[in-house]
Amino acid sequence: MSLDKEKDFGTPARQSDQLVNLEIDGFQVTAPAGTSVLRAAASIGIDIPKLCATDSIEPFGSCRLCVVEVKGMRGMPASCTTPVAEGMVVTTQNKKLADVRRGVMELYISDHPLDCLTCAANGDCELQDMAGAVGLREVRYNPAGENHLGAVKDQSNPYFTFDPSKCIVCSRCVRACEETQGTFALTIDGRGFASKISPSQNQSFMDSECVSCGACVQACPTATLIEKSVIEHGTPEHAIVTTCAYCGVGCSFRAEMKGDQVVRMVPHKDGKANHGHSCVKGRFAFGYATHKDRITKPMIRKSIKDHWQEVSWEEAISYAASELKRIQAKYGRDSIGGITSSRCTNEETYLVQKLIRAGFGNNNVDTCARVCHSPTGYGLKQTFGESSGTQNFDSVMKADVIMVIGANPTDGHPVFGSQMKKRLRQGAKLIVVDPREIDLVKSPHVKASHHLKLRPGTNVALINALAHVVVTEGFIDEAFIEGRCDLESFNKWRRFIADERHAPEAAEAVTGVPASEIRAAARLYANAGNAAIYYGLGVTEHSQGSTTVIGIANIAMATGNLGREGVGVNPLRGQNNVQGSCDMGSFPHEFPGYRHVSDDATRKLFEQNWGVPLQGEPGLRIPNMFDAAGDGSFKGLYVEGEDIAQSDPDIQHVHHALESMECIIVQDLFLNETAKFAHVFLPGSSFLEKNGTFTNAERRISPVRKVMAPLAGYEDWQITQMLANAMGYPMNYSHPSEIMDEIARLTPTFTGVSYDKIDSLGSVQWPCNEAAPEGTPTMHEHQFMRDNGKGLFMLTEYIATHERTTRMFPLILTTGRILSQYNVGAQTRRTGNVAWHAEDRLEIHPHDAEDRGLKDGDWVGVKSRSGETVLRALITDRVQPGVVYTTFHFPESGANVITTDNSDWATNCPEYKVTAVQVTKVSQTSEWQQNYQAFSEEQLELLAKG
Amino acid sequence: MHIEKLIKMANDISDFFNSESDKELAAEGVKNHIKRSWDPRMKNQIIAYCQQDGKELSPLAQKAIQKLAS
Repeated sequence: MSLDKEKDFGTPARQSDQLVNLEIDGFQVTAPAGTSVLRAAASIGIDIPKLCATDSIEPFGSCRLCVVEVKGMRGMPASCTTPVAEGMVVTTQNKKLADVRRGVMELYISDHPLDCLTCAANGDCELQDMAGAVGLREVRYNPAGENHLGAVKDQSNPYFTFDPSKCIVCSRCVRACEETQGTFALTIDGRGFASKISPSQNQSFMDSECVSCGACVQACPTATLIEKSVIEHGTPEHAIVTTCAYCGVGCSFRAEMKGDQVVRMVPHKDGKANHGHSCVKGRFAFGYATHKDRITKPMIRKSIKDHWQEVSWEEAISYAASELKRIQAKYGRDSIGGITSSRCTNEETYLVQKLIRAGFGNNNVDTCARVCHSPTGYGLKQTFGESSGTQNFDSVMKADVIMVIGANPTDGHPVFGSQMKKRLRQGAKLIVVDPREIDLVKSPHVKASHHLKLRPGTNVALINALAHVVVTEGFIDEAFIEGRCDLESFNKWRRFIADERHAPEAAEAVTGVPASEIRAAARLYANAGNAAIYYGLGVTEHSQGSTTVIGIANIAMATGNLGREGVGVNPLRGQNNVQGSCDMGSFPHEFPGYRHVSDDATRKLFEQNWGVPLQGEPGLRIPNMFDAAGDGSFKGLYVEGEDIAQSDPDIQHVHHALESMECIIVQDLFLNETAKFAHVFLPGSSFLEKNGTFTNAERRISPVRKVMAPLAGYEDWQITQMLANAMGYPMNYSHPSEIMDEIARLTPTFTGVSYDKIDSLGSVQWPCNEAAPEGTPTMHEHQFMRDNGKGLFMLTEYIATHERTTRMFPLILTTGRILSQYNVGAQTRRTGNVAWHAEDRLEIHPHDAEDRGLKDGDWVGVKSRSGETVLRALITDRVQPGVVYTTFHFPESGANVITTDNSDWATNCPEYKVTAVQVTKVSQTSEWQQNYQAFSEEQLELLAKG
Repeated sequence: MHIEKLIKMANDISDFFNSESDKELAAEGVKNHIKRSWDPRMKNQIIAYCQQDGKELSPLAQKAIQKLAS
């Protein structure tokens, strides 16, 4: 293993059909038109000295170090800003050039602290490298002259420092913030010698708009911007490429190591989902993996009133298995089940569902996708024939119009959000459909053409209205319909949607969005050329979540926006492996590859391979498990990597269900909220401690590689295997690659997937099989995946949610996430990210706040039909009057005390996005919060006594 | 399980399929959806309710569950 630094070609690659031939230092080079001389030289191993250039950002031509001579051209042009030309003859090294470069370096070094030996970037500093490359041997300028050596260091960011005394004002950080991240938080303040990098308007990094993505740190050629972890631990000595365990973008990272310690996570330039970019979570928030709260010893207890007892792995596994068997013997085969998580690898999820179907003998397996994107699975399977998004992320760079529905990419999927903003800055138009003013609506150099600020719960009415305009104003792509879609269903849908009840003028009363805006947005989408839809949980987490997904599929088919780059229907998945966990058969009604358990041929295939008879009836979904626990027919639960006691709706009902069970086995990193109700705790491994794969929102299967030994001794798949064996169902895998081989053998869309292929390609998008041996970036190019190959239109009547506002509950609460925190916060709450978001707050419109006499920061009671909690108010017009909003990252906030048991008609995905509430000023926490605090403290004491 | 929840779920499913004008087809849709996504104990419970009482079920849900029972 070695650090094996990624090569920097100096300027970005260019795409062109036209190839240009030139000569550099006597060598013939061919490069696509538009390529810089600097990059062309680098491509044949000639590294021209440079400082202000790097291949992640556009050339700038300021440092004058990369100057070259070009035959027939006057002077010494900068090779970074000089494009290749046919027949060009370039000289990169001669005395004249060397003298110029030395002179430039001498000036730089004259105003730079000469503390290389104690500098944190020693050995990893481009300035140092260039001083060597140009042969700088002396600095003739008086060191006592005017300089910046006394500039004050900014240490405000929890993860990196900014030391202006070391800054060479190359502007790489400024450009990275603009071009790569799209935040425009940095600028060059002042002129000439007074020039300096300034976050916002001479603020500290923490007080500026900086989102701590790390792009500036990555771009900095010196120690000016450097990770605090490097300052603390020194430079890394080897690197392993792996995949981030946070959101569904699935960024590729180099875990840069010192022994078994992660020094830093650096976004991998070759990562096909992120192209070398990152966000504050993936880049910096990995410290949870070694947090003191990690539990590394197995524990058991008879009752949740007992203290935990540390035991050996053998005893813990044996106890867990005996309890599950006891419960089955007493209450029946179907009285136990399990829940996997999108935080688990594909291989782990596959094993859990295999354990349950084959080892438990039932289909009571579900995953947390139940509470996020299960309507995507249903809706897209019905219409397109496959439960997945249609594009890769890069497709957005060819979109002319982007419609974002119920998603907040800059917070929830930040790296893709940056890519989307890049396309918008290039001129693509944007339509935002969201009750709340997300950042994309208006941010530097990005402005939505239309923000359809609808009332929560009215998505279907709005989508129908958009489709009505498409149908009645002649925007149907008749050729696409004729060739690609089921005509009978289309004609029925066309008549249905053309009805006046779906007209924008009718929808205005329901959605609150002016009809003229709906019409204008529909015309923009339908006339785009390439129009792409991106959506998130604001679509799925509704009682009509599946209907909205179907409506989105209908409108994309109707306008022919499928089957090529730049278009499509793109669900933005919440967690890192939502797509994968669904693919792996973790829903109770489906085997891996979305094949129904009642399908005899599929079941027989798995029975033959797994060697046991399998059930042909669906099992319980997560909310059904809670209900069944309440009535006494469900008594044992194995939960891997999921915190249902915090994340699921109507949490008091969930807690009651958990208390009703006789054996709950939690496999996790921490004593999370669910573990407080558990009887067996099996310490799991973080993504840094195991091998496997994650599948991101673009169906990309990427490697997860072990960079340190599991703190508790086992990778999660090994723990599941031990439990299976103890249950009497033998499993004997020696490596997760063998699990993937089995998945490939049994799943038609995965037959071409193997660890060898993933390693050789870096990642692969399924379907990957004989028809597509290197994977499928764009789905449905020639036909849909349904049995007859035709896209199916379905009728999408708007049905109002059961959740209604009344005089007692006049406001609608909707929930979401914030950039710095992740889901239930178990990981990010244990990192420096709390510096940005240390509590969940309730956003409320100034009018609603005034009506209630609220000031910013006041404690407010939020009461629904399900329960009551107390949060601090944040008064903002980002929310519309009548709507309040909160995040759900802290258990003590009790956001899910308020949410109801309403759920999607097709999948039971909870309706997190619509809860009728009343908000009042209060002076103390709610009764639930007081009870929660007491329970939580009691459980922590029981842990401490163990 | 609470029968009220199952009734609500069945009615919600029926609401989606109710826009199909051919009610036989609509009932078939509801039946298939329940058949393919509900655990047997849930199916048995809603069938028992439909056969004994069924008043809280929408007409389409009743029709679908009768089909499911047959």
